[in-house]
Amino acid sequence: MEKSINITLKIWRQAGPKVKGEFETYKLDNISSDSSFLEMLDVLNEKLIKERKEPIAFDHDCREGICGMCSLYINGHPHGLDGETTTCQLHMRRFKDGETITVEPWRSAAFPVIKDLMVDRGAFDKIIQAGGFVSVNTGGVPDGNAIPIPKIYADEAMDAASCIGCGACVAACKNGSAMLFVAAKVSQLALLPQGKVEASHRAKLMVAKMDELGFGNCTNTGACEAECPKAVSISHIARLNREFLSAKFKD
Amino acid sequence: MAKKVESTSVDATKIDARIPEGPLAEKWSNYKDHQKLVNPSNKRRLDVIVVGTGLAGASAAASMAEMGFNVLNFCIQDSPRRAHSIAAQGGINAAKNYQNDGDSVYRLFYDTIKGGDYRSREANVYRLAEVSNGIIDQCVAQGVPFAREYGGLLDNRSFGGAQVSRTFYAKGQTGQQLLLGAYSALSRQIGKGAVKLYSRYEMLDVVVIDGRARGIITRNLTSGKIERFFAHAVVVGSGGYGNTFFLSTNAMASNGSALVQMYKKGAYFANPAYAQIHPTCIPVHGDYQSKLTLMSESLRNDGRIWVPKSKEDAEAIRAGKKKATDLTEDQRDYYLERRYPAFGNLVPRDVASRAAKERCDAGFGVGNTGLAVYLDFSEAINRLSENVIRERYGNLFQMYEKIVDENPYKNPMMIYPAMHYCMGGIWVDYELQTSVKGLFCIGEANFSDHGANRLGASALMQGLADGYFVLPYTIQNYLADQIQIPRMSTDLSEFEEAEKAIHSKIEKIMKIQGDKSVDSIHRELGLIMWDFVGMGRNKAGLETALEKIKAVRHEFWTKVYVPGVSSDLNVELEKALRVADFIEIGELMARDALMRKESCGGHFREEYQTPEGEALRNDEDFSFASCWKFTGEGNEPELLKEPLDYEFIHRQQRNYKA
Repeated sequence: MEKSINITLKIWRQAGPKVKGEFETYKLDNISSDSSFLEMLDVLNEKLIKERKEPIAFDHDCREGICGMCSLYINGHPHGLDGETTTCQLHMRRFKDGETITVEPWRSAAFPVIKDLMVDRGAFDKIIQAGGFVSVNTGGVPDGNAIPIPKIYADEAMDAASCIGCGACVAACKNGSAMLFVAAKVSQLALLPQGKVEASHRAKLMVAKMDELGFGNCTNTGACEAECPKAVSISHIARLNREFLSAKFKD
Repeated sequence: MAKKVESTSVDATKIDARIPEGPLAEKWSNYKDHQKLVNPSNKRRLDVIVVGTGLAGASAAASMAEMGFNVLNFCIQDSPRRAHSIAAQGGINAAKNYQNDGDSVYRLFYDTIKGGDYRSREANVYRLAEVSNGIIDQCVAQGVPFAREYGGLLDNRSFGGAQVSRTFYAKGQTGQQLLLGAYSALSRQIGKGAVKLYSRYEMLDVVVIDGRARGIITRNLTSGKIERFFAHAVVVGSGGYGNTFFLSTNAMASNGSALVQMYKKGAYFANPAYAQIHPTCIPVHGDYQSKLTLMSESLRNDGRIWVPKSKEDAEAIRAGKKKATDLTEDQRDYYLERRYPAFGNLVPRDVASRAAKERCDAGFGVGNTGLAVYLDFSEAINRLSENVIRERYGNLFQMYEKIVDENPYKNPMMIYPAMHYCMGGIWVDYELQTSVKGLFCIGEANFSDHGANRLGASALMQGLADGYFVLPYTIQNYLADQIQIPRMSTDLSEFEEAEKAIHSKIEKIMKIQGDKSVDSIHRELGLIMWDFVGMGRNKAGLETALEKIKAVRHEFWTKVYVPGVSSDLNVELEKALRVADFIEIGELMARDALMRKESCGGHFREEYQTPEGEALRNDEDFSFASCWKFTGEGNEPELLKEPLDYEFIHRQQRNYKA
């Protein structure tokens, strides 16, 4: 049932990458419990604009949980407390009347803040550019049904491929490791015959790039899996490790 | 039917689609056999700008870079992987006939032409159907995890407007998987240095020198800096303009500004009125709402659409006194199955949307607003089990429950039509070149292929067809004689002037310092569009819309407030620039809809309908693509017409009943 709540927000404001940031407090009344978290921020921004103040910068785009653009560390959790939920899918009915909500950007050495709650996740693109693909050009490929793929492998590859590249895994990790992100791609492609050919080489290149870009090491705490909005499993990290070791043996 | 002489009102001399000669099935092969090519050593001397990294943009940029061209690729988001193609759910069509159910290239072509209500080009659509199979092969090779059967082969599902199962899918995330495939191919080329990627950049103008597109002006969204880029050719794949309606299924940054820029530099805007209102979206529920969420058409494979048979039941449900599950079978009106027995719940989108509006307008709608119908899975769950339904649509059901806070396995979903896709867009010829030389337009941004209505699972097909298999060929026919043109300096006066014009436009907006937020003006525009240029249009309403849009334009240019400075990251300024263009597009849509005195596909003029309430085309007078030509600020645009000759298909009243 729709109702209205009053909330207090403690939001991280930071004018630019090299400027010191701080929390600012905002009070917001009569927020519909049916509105999404980002719609609540829209309401706050409308209010700030009316008061001739600068609105809060935050990343968002599809607002249906698939583009991976939205981020936000809400009350100590990436994308908030709800499981398998992106910030854009989080609704205000999850918060209590009178609650104070703390909102921060992703905090990780590899994701520098651009402004307020926006961070630069370009490092993820660089990891994919290092090897997160099958090396085929357009045209000249075999028929789609030429290589049968067991349904269980196809399904597991699909589960790994459902990663939206939002960076919650990195934000959740005390080491700021990107292992789950890298593992999801390595695992997806290693499970399929098309990607198997380059599997170990791919793992080596992607892990090297990850290390180079300042992501931390994986210590198997499992925080990434717990906070992943798409429930990507850490079992993929095991597969990444296998591919990585096999590359090392080949060297 | 023999080649028909079109109405005399059509002026064929001004618009030439450059369709190759020969029988339909041989046109594309003939074209490829005889087009000009660029030799490998010359390719690296040619620069191509691609704006957009969705299915069309990413696949085009990757494919051209693989061939050896020097590609500059621009992306409005922080990463190419976030382009809104990612949100496409249901699937992608191809004429593989893997299901042995009688599919063929011709049948896919025919269904697409018919689905588009005979308002698209035969030659383009045939080519689309022809290359569709290659797309599936390409995506499989990239490692796209399409759904498979237990035997390991690819699975298919059915979609609206077809009687065969030709839709390939990856759960309810097909767009995501196809986009990530194209993104991986693009990333490979970026890694090799063959594509230079500019993310968080927005195109603000196209630069035309001696009648040819030679570059673009952009704004770096992080720094606010205006920058200039040269290329021998410019390709725009910036998506559709559905956000003109404010509330749509599009992403927040999806916009039509690149289209307006091209239009103002001489590219025709074709069929702006052809917009698709998608039948299955989560209904509007509050005035704070920022977007509408689509529930995939694939749900209509197993979901049955109904409203109460009696108004009393509908009223009781709206008042919260009764629930959907209280109504027995004979108290329910499965109106699509009743009206269209042959296609049932799988009629094309325009037909399903209008039928929902008809029932709600007649007082049978449900939900607290009365603007909703049921999409019910109870029969499918009884027949197949909840687990099977979960496997097929799990992520969609989860998405629904998050937004609506109701369990769709237990209660039927509530849905209502919402603005979704634009069939209209920038006019292109057979080579996907606009009316400005060297300026190409691909994907949803162009007007080709879908006519007046797009069938489900065909947007992904068209975006990837354009990007992987059409543009990389046709652009060479243009570039072949461009190898003589040395790279130009961006200090040339045309670049200088284009940048100056942008600075003064931005300054003008920043100086207004009114009391209206950008969003509040955008919302006003959206309401006008939905009320008067939406699912049911008529002369009086469209004239009202034109008046009201004029008022919104005035309000924008006198009352908008943009905080901050332009020389920094400024989201409100980004939005303001886009809304200024949405206002222009809204006007063009209303103008086009007023001009087209017939109903076809997604364009429904209430004055023109059959006694049963179906769209009534007028082939005699309106068998043309309307191409609007910009004639200067404040002037009325000129209407040019591209006649649509049907040489191979016999046009008829669309029939999904029998």
